[in-house]
Amino acid sequence: MTAAANLPGAVTPRGTKPKTVFAPRNIMLYGTLLIFSMYYLLPLYVMIVTSLKDMAEIRMGNVFSPPVEITFAPWVKAWAEACTGINCDGLSRGFWNSVRILIPSLIISVSIAALTGYVLACWRFKGSEIFFGILLLGAFIPYQVLLYPLVIILRELGLFGSLWGLVLVHTIFAMPINVLLFRNYFVALPEELFKAARVDGAGFWGIFFRIVIPMSLPIFVVSGIIQVTGIWNDFLFGVVYTRPENYPMTVQLNNIVNSVQGVQEYNVNMAATLLTGLVPLVVYFFSGRLFVRGIAAGAVKG
Amino acid sequence: MSRARRGTAPVRPPIRLFRNLSSKIAAIPMVLVGLGVFVGGTIWTVVYSFTDSRLLPRLQFVGFEQYERLWSTRRWLVSIENLAIYGIVSLVFTMCLGFLLAALLDRKIRFEDTFRTIFLYPFALSFIVTGLVWQWLLNPDFGIQSVVRSMGFPNFNFDPLYNSDLVLIGLLIAGLWQGTGLIMVIMLAGLRSIDEDIWKATRVDGIPIWKTYIIVIIPMMKPVFVTALVLVTSGIVKLYDLVVAMTSGGPGISSEVPAKYVYDTLFTRQNLGQGFAASTMMLVTVAIILIPWAYMQFREKRQ
Amino acid sequence: MTHSIEIKELKLAFGAVTVLEDLNLQVGQGEFLVLLGSSGCGKSTLLNCIAGLLDITDGEIHIQGHNVTWEEPSKRGIGMVFQSYALYPQMTVEGNLAFGLKNARMPRPEIAKRIKRASEILQIEPLLKRKPAALSGGQRQRVAIGRALVRDVDVFLFDEPLSNLDAKLRADLRVEIKRLHQTLQNTMIYVTHDQVEAMTLADRIAIMKGGQIMQLAPPAEIYNRPVNKYVAGFIGSPAMNVMEGQLDAGNSEFASARGLSFTVKGYEFDGAPTSGPVWLGLRPEHVQSGKWAAGQPIQREALVDMVEPMGSDTQVWARVDGQEIRFRMDGQEKVDIGDRVPIGFDPARLSLFDKSTEIRL
Repeated sequence: MTAAANLPGAVTPRGTKPKTVFAPRNIMLYGTLLIFSMYYLLPLYVMIVTSLKDMAEIRMGNVFSPPVEITFAPWVKAWAEACTGINCDGLSRGFWNSVRILIPSLIISVSIAALTGYVLACWRFKGSEIFFGILLLGAFIPYQVLLYPLVIILRELGLFGSLWGLVLVHTIFAMPINVLLFRNYFVALPEELFKAARVDGAGFWGIFFRIVIPMSLPIFVVSGIIQVTGIWNDFLFGVVYTRPENYPMTVQLNNIVNSVQGVQEYNVNMAATLLTGLVPLVVYFFSGRLFVRGIAAGAVKG
Repeated sequence: MSRARRGTAPVRPPIRLFRNLSSKIAAIPMVLVGLGVFVGGTIWTVVYSFTDSRLLPRLQFVGFEQYERLWSTRRWLVSIENLAIYGIVSLVFTMCLGFLLAALLDRKIRFEDTFRTIFLYPFALSFIVTGLVWQWLLNPDFGIQSVVRSMGFPNFNFDPLYNSDLVLIGLLIAGLWQGTGLIMVIMLAGLRSIDEDIWKATRVDGIPIWKTYIIVIIPMMKPVFVTALVLVTSGIVKLYDLVVAMTSGGPGISSEVPAKYVYDTLFTRQNLGQGFAASTMMLVTVAIILIPWAYMQFREKRQ
Repeated sequence: MTHSIEIKELKLAFGAVTVLEDLNLQVGQGEFLVLLGSSGCGKSTLLNCIAGLLDITDGEIHIQGHNVTWEEPSKRGIGMVFQSYALYPQMTVEGNLAFGLKNARMPRPEIAKRIKRASEILQIEPLLKRKPAALSGGQRQRVAIGRALVRDVDVFLFDEPLSNLDAKLRADLRVEIKRLHQTLQNTMIYVTHDQVEAMTLADRIAIMKGGQIMQLAPPAEIYNRPVNKYVAGFIGSPAMNVMEGQLDAGNSEFASARGLSFTVKGYEFDGAPTSGPVWLGLRPEHVQSGKWAAGQPIQREALVDMVEPMGSDTQVWARVDGQEIRFRMDGQEKVDIGDRVPIGFDPARLSLFDKSTEIRL
C-alpha cells in the first residue's frame, strides 16, 4: 500500500504514510469479523445465561439479558432428575453410556486404523491399493444405505442393541477417514528408516511398535480428536443400534428436550444441551491447532 | 547373530500367498469392512429395494413398484424438494461465507487464533446440540422475535420453526452456524498454500486486493473449492440429526428430508422395501455428484 | 570361498517394467566396489537387491558362499549405511547401535563390548547418550556407519552415504571411510553418483546405465580406457572433448567434421582398425598449452573464445582449425579472449569410438 520511493532527487517520500490502527480499511476488516463473531458466539452465550436463570425469570425477561439471580438448580436437574419417558434420572445415565461407548470405540477404531494405514504405507501387497480404494469409497456412501445391512450383521453376531454393537459400528464408519489419515502420515516417514530397521532384523510388528508408533504421536492425537468428537456427537447410530437403556447422551438429550409431555423447562433444556456439548468443546479448546490440523488434513484429502 | 542360521538359508522363493503374511493378516479388517460392509451392504440394500419386504426382508421381487410408490408419496417429494433447496442455498452460503471468513483471517490480522477459534467451535458440537440451541433462539415467545418486539417493533415476525414457508431458513441458520467453520479452515489452508510471491507480484503490478482474489487467487484455489464442494454436498445428503432436533420434520411435513424418510420408513413404519428404495435413491444422488468429481481427480492424476 | 558376493543372472521387474536384467557381478573378499551412475541407472536398486530389501524376479545372490536369494535382510550378514542416515529418532545413539543386536537376542555384555569397540573406532563415545536430533550431519553419519560396524559382518553396503553432507565434511568422511576399509579389510559396496568419491575410494568401479553395468574396472582403467562414449563422458571433469569425424585406418588419419585433422599415431586400437565415421574423445587435462605444447606429437594453435579462471587453473574454451576444444591452463598464466595459444597433445591418450555403436575402437 505504501510506496516510499527513494528515487535519487526525491526529497520527500512519495505515497501515503502507513495507515494507523483506525484506518477505514481496518475498521471494516475488524468490524466484519466482530459481527460474524457475534453470530457464532450468541448461541453459546444464550445457552449459558438461560441455563442459569429460573423459569420465572425466563418467562419475563428476554433471552439475551444476563441472569438477575444465578441458580444452578437447572444444571442439577438436567444432570440427575430430568425425565425421558418413565426414567427420571437425568442425563447422567446418557453421559455414562456415552463414556462406555466412547472409550472402547476410540481405542479399537484408532488401533485398527493405525495398523491398516501402516500396512498401506509400508507393507503393500498385490491388491492392497484396490481394497483401500473400496474403503475410501465407503466414506461417501450415505449411512442410510448401510443402516439395515448392519442391523442384520449385528444380529448375526449377537451384538444388536448392546454397547459393543455400537462400538463396532463406530469402528467401521471411522475407518475410511482415519485409515487415510494414518496412511498419509506414514507414507511421509523416511523410507530408509524401514530399510534400516529391516537390516537390523525388525519385522512387521517390530517396526510398527518400535519405530513407527514412537514417531507418530501427533497423528494419533489428531485421529483421537476426530474420533472423540465424532463418536460423542453421534445420534443416528445411537438411535438405531442401541436399546433405550443404552442410549448415548445425544439421544437422551433429544428425548428430554423434545418430549411432548409436561411443561417445557427451558433452563433445564439449555443446561442439558450445554452438558452434552461440554466434552467436545473441552477437547476442542484444549487441542486448538491440532484439531484444526486434523480436520484440515482429513478434509482436504478426503 | 545371523551366522548361526546362514546354513539354512532358504533357496526357493517363498509361496506367494505367505509372503508378507503379517501384513495380509493386519489388512483383514480393511477387507472385511470394505467388501463385507460397504460393498456387500450396498448391494444388499439395492437388491432388497426391488422386493416387497415389509416387517422383515424377503426376496419377493416386485420390480420397480417400490420406486413408483416412492415417487408418488407426497412426503418423499417434499423431502427431495427440501433437500434440493436447503442443499443449494447452504452450498452457496457455506462456500461464500467460508471463503470470506478465510480471506479476512488471511489479511495478517491480530487475534487471528481467537477469531478462528470462535468461528470453528460450533463444528465441534453435535447437530443435536446445534438444533436445540437454535430451536430455543428461534422460539417465537422467548427468542429473537420476542426480543425484537419488546425493543419497539411489535409487528416484527420471525418464527421460522412454526411457519412452513420459513422453516428451511431456520434450518439454514443453524446449519450454517455449525458448518461454515470447517469450510473456513479448509479455505484458509488453501490460501496459506499460495506462494507469498504471488501477492508481492500483484502488489508490484498495482492490482487491487479484491481484484487479486477474483482473478488470481480463486482460480489458483480450484482444487480446494472442489474438495470443499464435495465435503459440503456429502454432508448435506446426510442431513438428519439437525432436523430431528430442531423441527422433527414439522410443522406438518414441511421440513422432512430424505435421510429422515428412510429412518422413519425402516424403523418406525416397518416398510423395509420402501426404505431401501429411498436409500438407494440417496445413493444415486451421491453418485451423480461424485462421479464427475472422481473423474476429474482421475484425469488430473494422469496428467 | 573365492567371492565375497556373487550375483548370477539377476533380473528385477515391477510388472511390465524391467529395472535390472541379466546382471552378473562378482566381488572379491575385502574389495571396495563402487557402483557409479546418474540417478535412475539402477545402482541403488541393485544395492537394495543385495541387501534383500527388494524381492528379485529371477536369478541368484550369494554372499560369503551362501545362497541368500530369499533370505531376510538381517540374516544376510550385511551392514548398511543410508543417505539420510536413517537413525531411529526416538532412540539414543547407543539405542540405535544396539537395536539390531537386541533383535538378534544377543547377550548384553556382548552388545556392550561391540558398541564400545565401534564407538572407539569411529570416535563417537561422547555421543552415546544423545539423541540423533542433537547431532550434526557428520556425527549422524558416523553413528550410521557404527550401526553397520557393530553387526560385525563381512559385507558393508553404502547407499550414497555422503550425499547429504556439505562439501568439506564429505571430503573428511570420504577419507575416514577409506581408512575404515583399510583397517577392517571387509567387502564394501558403495553406491554414489559422485565420480570423485568413486575414483578415490574404489578398488573397482562399476559404471551403470539403464540397469546394466557398462564397465567394471579399476578407476585408472575407467579413466584411461573407457569402453564406450557414455563412460568416457561420465568420468572426468570438465567433461571430455568429443569430436565427430572420420577415421582413415590406412593412414591412421582422423579428420574432424569441423576441419581439424591429425594422425592418431601411437593410439592402441582394441582390434584391427577400420575406416569410417567415429567419435574422438580428448580429455581437457590431456591438452598441453603454452611452452609445454612444444614436446607433444600433435601441435596446433588455438584461438581463445572464453576463459573461466578457477584459481589453481584456468579453463579455456578455444577454437582449433574450426573445431571447439576445451582445455586447462595453469592458473598463473595470463590468457584473454582473442589470444592465440599454442597447444599440443598425445594421440596415445585419445579415445576413439565407433560412430554408431559408440564402442571403443
